[in-house]
Amino acid sequence: MAEIQVEDLRHVYSPGTPFERTAIEAVNLALPQGQFVGVIGHTGSGKSTFIQHLNALLLPSGGRVLSAGEDINRDKKSRRDIKWKVGLVFQYPEYQLFAETVYEDIAFGPRNMGLSVEQVDERVREAAGFVGVSELFERSPLELSGGQKRRIAVAGVIAMRPEVLVLDEPTAGLDPEGCAQIMANIRAYREKTGATVIIVSHDMDGAAALTERLLVFDKGRLVMDGPPEEIFSQPGRLTAMGLDVPRPTAIALALEARGVQLQGPVYTHEQLTNAILRAYRDKEGGRTPC
Amino acid sequence: MDGIIQFEKVHFKYPEDQRESLRDVSLTIREGSFTAVLGRNGSGKSTLAKHMNAILLPTEGRVLVAGIDTADAPRLLELRRQVGMVFQNPDNQIVANVVEDDVAFAPENLGLPPEEIRRRVDAALEQVGMLEYRLHAPHLLSGGQKQRVAIAGVIAMEPRIIVLDEPTAMLDPQGRREVLSTVLRLRREKGMTVVLVTHHMDECIPADRLLVLSEGRIAADGTPEEIFSQDALLRDLGLDLPETARLLRDLRQAGLELPGGALDLEGCAQAVAAVLN
Repeated sequence: MAEIQVEDLRHVYSPGTPFERTAIEAVNLALPQGQFVGVIGHTGSGKSTFIQHLNALLLPSGGRVLSAGEDINRDKKSRRDIKWKVGLVFQYPEYQLFAETVYEDIAFGPRNMGLSVEQVDERVREAAGFVGVSELFERSPLELSGGQKRRIAVAGVIAMRPEVLVLDEPTAGLDPEGCAQIMANIRAYREKTGATVIIVSHDMDGAAALTERLLVFDKGRLVMDGPPEEIFSQPGRLTAMGLDVPRPTAIALALEARGVQLQGPVYTHEQLTNAILRAYRDKEGGRTPC
Repeated sequence: MDGIIQFEKVHFKYPEDQRESLRDVSLTIREGSFTAVLGRNGSGKSTLAKHMNAILLPTEGRVLVAGIDTADAPRLLELRRQVGMVFQNPDNQIVANVVEDDVAFAPENLGLPPEEIRRRVDAALEQVGMLEYRLHAPHLLSGGQKQRVAIAGVIAMEPRIIVLDEPTAMLDPQGRREVLSTVLRLRREKGMTVVLVTHHMDECIPADRLLVLSEGRIAADGTPEEIFSQDALLRDLGLDLPETARLLRDLRQAGLELPGGALDLEGCAQAVAAVLN
């Protein structure tokens, strides 16, 4: 299985012009197959630049990206192959829907892979199933709601059966139902295929609840890399970078400022509720039964 | 008739649609108030917002803004001077090649003297935290930075009403806070009327009034405290509770006796700390 390795990655935009800007530098990490990874950082921190290197959409100005030990930018063929392996869903991908029917739109990617008509059909049906749009095949993407369009765009990438699915702000602009639905779709894809999932998100609550590892970018550098409980146990560092902590953590901090110390990591709603109820029972003098 | 925005039995249907996007909406918004508008995708909330500066005109009924009928074409410019509008996607709102020229675009069109334009542009960029980028090219900015420039362009018009249609959807948390605090400050210091369309429950908490749209109708209308205490209604309308409201609800269900009210972070922490200390 493909592990992705990033070695000393650096990217400079508009080199040699007055607008020259180093977007990322000195980024080193390994992404084992199957991990659910969140990427967070302030606007302009370099996180979008980083993910666009994972499928050779951007070429490094320095350093390398390896997939299963091979440099993905070795030659034209490797740069092409990595696009099937690592599927990238951009921000607001629904703006890129273009075909006349939902079916045709989802089929675009697999068709480009040179698959037979039957194989393309199988993949379109499978991908549509993951995101729950199978009943919409004959519709024009333009007639659908924002949430449906977003899911169709995701299906178009899933139809290539990527081993690594990278999504840039997949829930931006969706209503709460739409957000929950698309996250459930992504989880289903990961569970059934064992794919690595990398999500760039500003939604700290979602990042805290869903991912097993968080990468924090600041000013073009990877400054924190660890499980959510470790990252969110350093709220001061995050706020100094202009980032939020999950709302449950923010409430716990406001309680701490009022002299209430909660036990254990608190970054999801359930953890917060349970920690407060524990504190309440302790204060009432009752022993918590084990 | 003290509403600065008045909807009278407004219906609206897009030509290509079968169904109406707004159905019999009557609504009065007071000058100087902060109204948040929630609803699932397709509920009609953007359509509602676009009626406030005559981007869309009612198919039936009428909309009065600052006393002007939005269908009164000769008064369109006068109307748009009163109402600034900020949209979700900043790329569609930027016209110039340099940030400060973009912000100056609207005030220049008002025929203001150059010193006044300079003052407004600098003040507007300062308020959105983009002053240091005034000589940059907008297309090289990040999405969030572009949105702040677009908001500065509206602020530079010094309108009486600002209507924001999901302005923070593309911003990071800090950008969101900056935009929101800017909007709240404009309201506090200049008495501006604010209408904010959003999906973020938290952004509604400081509002005086919360409207929830569903299938083109106003399905709920009240203070954030009133609306966020109606769990079942919110679920039906496809909405979440803010984390503070969810916590207070779950703690009450577990038997804690908590005072009602405040949904902001500090108010919530105070209520919980009161039973723990």
